[in-house]
Amino acid sequence: MYRITAREDLAPVTKLFVVEAPEVARKCKSGQFVIVRVSEHGERVPLTIADYDRQRGELTIVFQVVGKTTAELSTLGVGDSLASLTGPLGLPTEIEKYGTVVMVGGGVGIAPIFPIARDLKEAGNYVIGIIGARTRELLFWEDRMRTVTDELIVCTDDGSYARKALVTEPLKELCQSGRTIHRVWGIGPAIMMKFVSLTTKPFGIQTIVSLNSIMVDGTGMCGACRVVVGGRTRFCCVHGPEFDGHEVDWDLLMARQRIYLDKEKLALERYQQLCEAHRETVH
Amino acid sequence: MPKEIAPRNEMPRQDPRVRRRNFNEVALGYDLETALAEAERCLQCKKPQCIAGCPVQVRIPEFILALREKDMWRAVEVLKDKNSLPAICGRVCPQETQCEIQCVLGKKHEPVAIGRLERFVADWEREQGMRTPPLAPPTGKHVAVIGAGPAGLTAAGDLAKMGHKVTIFEALHAPGGVLIYGIPEFRLPKDVVRAEVEYVQSLGVEIRLNTVVGKLYTIDEMLKDGFDAVFLGTGAGLPMFMNIPGENYNGVYSANEFLTRTNLMKAYLFPEYDTPINVGRKVAVVGAGNVAMDSARCALRLGADEVHIVYRRSRAEMPARAEEVANAEEEGIIFDFLTNPVEIHGTDKGWVCGMRCIRMELGEPDASGRRRPVPVPGSEFDMEVDTVIMALGTQPNPLVFSNTPWLERTKHGTVVANEENGRTKMERVWAGGDIVTGAATVISAMGAGKRAAADIDAYLKDPNGPWWVGPE
Repeated sequence: MYRITAREDLAPVTKLFVVEAPEVARKCKSGQFVIVRVSEHGERVPLTIADYDRQRGELTIVFQVVGKTTAELSTLGVGDSLASLTGPLGLPTEIEKYGTVVMVGGGVGIAPIFPIARDLKEAGNYVIGIIGARTRELLFWEDRMRTVTDELIVCTDDGSYARKALVTEPLKELCQSGRTIHRVWGIGPAIMMKFVSLTTKPFGIQTIVSLNSIMVDGTGMCGACRVVVGGRTRFCCVHGPEFDGHEVDWDLLMARQRIYLDKEKLALERYQQLCEAHRETVH
Repeated sequence: MPKEIAPRNEMPRQDPRVRRRNFNEVALGYDLETALAEAERCLQCKKPQCIAGCPVQVRIPEFILALREKDMWRAVEVLKDKNSLPAICGRVCPQETQCEIQCVLGKKHEPVAIGRLERFVADWEREQGMRTPPLAPPTGKHVAVIGAGPAGLTAAGDLAKMGHKVTIFEALHAPGGVLIYGIPEFRLPKDVVRAEVEYVQSLGVEIRLNTVVGKLYTIDEMLKDGFDAVFLGTGAGLPMFMNIPGENYNGVYSANEFLTRTNLMKAYLFPEYDTPINVGRKVAVVGAGNVAMDSARCALRLGADEVHIVYRRSRAEMPARAEEVANAEEEGIIFDFLTNPVEIHGTDKGWVCGMRCIRMELGEPDASGRRRPVPVPGSEFDMEVDTVIMALGTQPNPLVFSNTPWLERTKHGTVVANEENGRTKMERVWAGGDIVTGAATVISAMGAGKRAAADIDAYLKDPNGPWWVGPE
């Protein structure tokens, strides 16, 4: 179960796996996520579903190597299996015909924004995409995004490719252009989603974000993923992961994302040392 | 001819000074000699009272007699005829309020240590290698059990013995429910849970892990797709918070998260295991049930210097088992009674640095029959703490109901079910355990699983007759 059938390095730190998970693939919808474990000793890590193929019974997950677990995950290849995969979790995106929608994907957030953009396009929306990354080599799926958008704006923070801008710049221009925008989705790092929300707020455009809080079980049991939205405590795993970006307490979310920073660093260093030692014994 | 009654045999336990820093089991179990001596104390009453106190009706005097006669397999057989999880029950059942409180010996002396004997017999069997009992011939019926906790495992075990095909659906990556994620290793070793789960599997029960019912399938789909009956035993897994300011600061945990990280994910073995946990120097656990005791004792073992139980009522109203309170006290847990948090203080980086509390006094009894705690005006004070664990109880997890509006629920979110047989208002759906009662004990969940299994069996043999009999 949960065998990896394809792997692609989208960027030096961004990996794509296609995983066998027929039942999840049959049932999942855009906006939902899965929880994976790499090994018996592993953490439970939430990853948004980047794509699914119901016929083949496969899911696509995309992740960025940041800590020990994602580093270990990135060593797997075709034929390897995940220790577990649970899903689909969270509420699906509300797909409707809104009119004109803007889909903002930043960095690894380009992956989960893709199936939502596709569904919105299929539902008859006029879809404007904005994708961006820090630098050229972190950018991926420009071609895929083009197939599901009517217009696509590409930018890099450092100007190494396409337009030199943060994703909020073209977003602001769109808001100011006088075109009617019915809804905005923003998925990416918390700081990016915060500024996407701040950009659209003065224009009163409903903005949906997908929050990436720390989780354990993903079924509402532990309460680790609590976020404050509109002054109420919500559980990201069962009430989300999508919320109204204008209502999210971003500072709290970002503080809570840092809960295990020092331990994550320790685990990664220890893992790298172990890998190093292993390499030395092999050679 | 009244015989002399020997004193109850003490349970050997790890020294509190040592055990407060390790996760090894606290209670070490009787040896054969002690077990036989304790079994000798049983009066073998003609009309035993103890059985009535047991939610699964274990024939207690009979298994004790077999033990006394050193017919160990017979003891196992009697025990397991009613209880599929005896090594677990022998450790975590509140015997003092169930079987043992009924024991005739207890009127003048101390009751027979029934739980310790149950544990002894179950541990003996596990050491020998468990035997699978004879199963009834296959009935061709297929039952879905949702949740691999105490209620689900018990229902599944009984149904399998009756010849039904059973599939358990479990959301987590390990079976056992609260036995795995909630109750710590030092009170219930996970090897014991694994062995009893394997026993249930040996009866032919299939367990499908990582399968979230309500997301992957609805109950309607299960009934349509070939299951003849569904038993719902998803427990009460939704944590409660106090809704006081500062509750989302880093360092405030629900007991569920704290225990899940520690027990299921083995955070106490970090970084050998990947899941981290933060335990500060001074920890406050809010609440005084078994979950609060477990959280406090885990926090101590994870390295805290000082752990407080903060409880708004007094010692007399504490819901935790007396034995676990005593264990916690021996290990150095500090109890702050008649104290209630009103706010959690945080640093400018968002980390817990203190807790403002108010003193309470007890007024008139409330709906629970316990005296209602009332704040003493002007008695606020600050506690210096860097970790706060909220152990305030749990509510039923609503996830499984998300697509099943016709399953009637109470205003507390629990499922409406007939207590006698577990039937819900939805045909062919039974429920039992914490999902029906709200947070309760392992054994009461098992009792509910057992009653439901008996009724499911009866229904599958003869599905005619009214589905719901009882109050509307």
